[in-house]
Amino acid sequence: MTAMLNVRDLRSYYGQVQALHGLTFELNEGSMTTLLGANGAGKTTTLRAICNMVRSTGSIEFEGAPLAGRSTENIVRLGIAHVPQGRGTFTTLTVEENLQLGAITRKDRANIVSDIERMYDHFPVLKQRYTQQAGTLSGGEQQMLAVARALMLRPRLMLLDEPSFGLAPLIVRDLFKILGKINREDKVTILVVEQNAQLALELADQAYVIETGRIVMAGSAKEIANNEDVRKSYLGY
Amino acid sequence: MELFTNQILAGIATGAIYACMALAVVMIYQAIDHLNFAQGEMAMFSTFISWQLMQWGIPYWGAFILTLAFSFAGGIAIERLLFKPLAKAPILTNVAGFIALFAIINSVAGLIWDFTIKQYPTPFGSHPFLGSQLISTHQAGMIGVTVLLLIALYFFFQFTRIGLAMRAAASVPESARLVGINTSWMIALGWGMAAAIGSIAGMLIAPVVFLEPNMMGGVLIYGFAAAVLGGLTSPFGAVIGGFLVGIFENLAGTYIPGVGNELKLPIALALIITVLVVKPAGLFGRPIVKRV
Repeated sequence: MTAMLNVRDLRSYYGQVQALHGLTFELNEGSMTTLLGANGAGKTTTLRAICNMVRSTGSIEFEGAPLAGRSTENIVRLGIAHVPQGRGTFTTLTVEENLQLGAITRKDRANIVSDIERMYDHFPVLKQRYTQQAGTLSGGEQQMLAVARALMLRPRLMLLDEPSFGLAPLIVRDLFKILGKINREDKVTILVVEQNAQLALELADQAYVIETGRIVMAGSAKEIANNEDVRKSYLGY
Repeated sequence: MELFTNQILAGIATGAIYACMALAVVMIYQAIDHLNFAQGEMAMFSTFISWQLMQWGIPYWGAFILTLAFSFAGGIAIERLLFKPLAKAPILTNVAGFIALFAIINSVAGLIWDFTIKQYPTPFGSHPFLGSQLISTHQAGMIGVTVLLLIALYFFFQFTRIGLAMRAAASVPESARLVGINTSWMIALGWGMAAAIGSIAGMLIAPVVFLEPNMMGGVLIYGFAAAVLGGLTSPFGAVIGGFLVGIFENLAGTYIPGVGNELKLPIALALIITVLVVKPAGLFGRPIVKRV
């Protein structure tokens, strides 16, 4: 397996405050990786840094190409979809328009309609609401919409920032099942930041633990899940 | 009774101009959340360009198209040079920028073309429309152009990808970038379109108010009133608001004693304040539903 995303010595800043202190990690092509850490550890910042949404130094390479100096929209066009924290719904537009926007940079227009249908298969509730203003959807529905919107890009890499946030446990299970399916069947590499560490470790192959802007542990998801410190800090048993 | 219908029809005709200005105002408001105080001056300058082109012998519609293109490019240039650097600046800085732009364009137009009043031609003629004494062919033309413009904009925003991208960029800029939209250029495009729409308003009203650097002052205030009344987030509302303001202005001028021509402008301002107090989203503005 080759590394699809290579992050070296990543340091990110919000104004004068440094949030990441030299992060180094990589994502293998086709893998599902989870990034664990307490609040404020720098998980969201890491995802934002990959999409150049926060001032950073260090190097990030995607499929061999450096991302430094590229604008967010250019990075997205390379095939990196980002489901942001808070879902980023276009609240004033309809559900269907939200999905169309996910595919707005794609050239293969003919496939977009069938892709929207596929999203409705994955998330039937979106089909019932497709003409509705997206802001009127419930939190869970908006989260599904956000994932579906990201998939409409037909991404090579998908970054998810706490997709389970605010969702009922059953819905979270469903969502992760779909993510697993997308990872296996569509060969989309996934990096997911999660508070629900147990579920994330069950599904992921790789895991990184981040503390105050540094990677403190790395390994297969199984190893990490069996690590005593992780169990105590993140899994609670 | 005939006076009444007459005033309503005349109101709709002038309302068409306010509707065009309001459309331009709404376009920029959607893109950058600010009211462009220089909108009227930009329209005036465009109208002078078209006048100059016609002086050089270019026929009306040729000058019209060239002016649209010039205004579109000019709007984009103004955004790139002046307002892109101010994108993250506080609102007052932007307001200062708009006022500076207003003053600059006004003086430059005066410098180039001086302040004497000029005749401006109408492509529709000024005969009675369909034999009716109530409305002239030029007024009917203004209404027709405004309605066509609204329909074209509707199709652009509802059924084209770039229209959808512009709406997305106005709705949630960060998410728009995350689906790959170059939001900065969407704003520039909004400025270009607003400038082009404004130039249409200018060219349509110039035969009525005559061409001179201060021709758009009152019109812009009515355009603001129309946009606020219709709802700053709704192009459709802007047009309806334009017609309503036109009718209201005419009826108030005719029937409310003491208003006459001199006090018409305060009426527009009173209307703005009333709407903002009673129904801030305007008649057709979408009150944004948000669930957290």
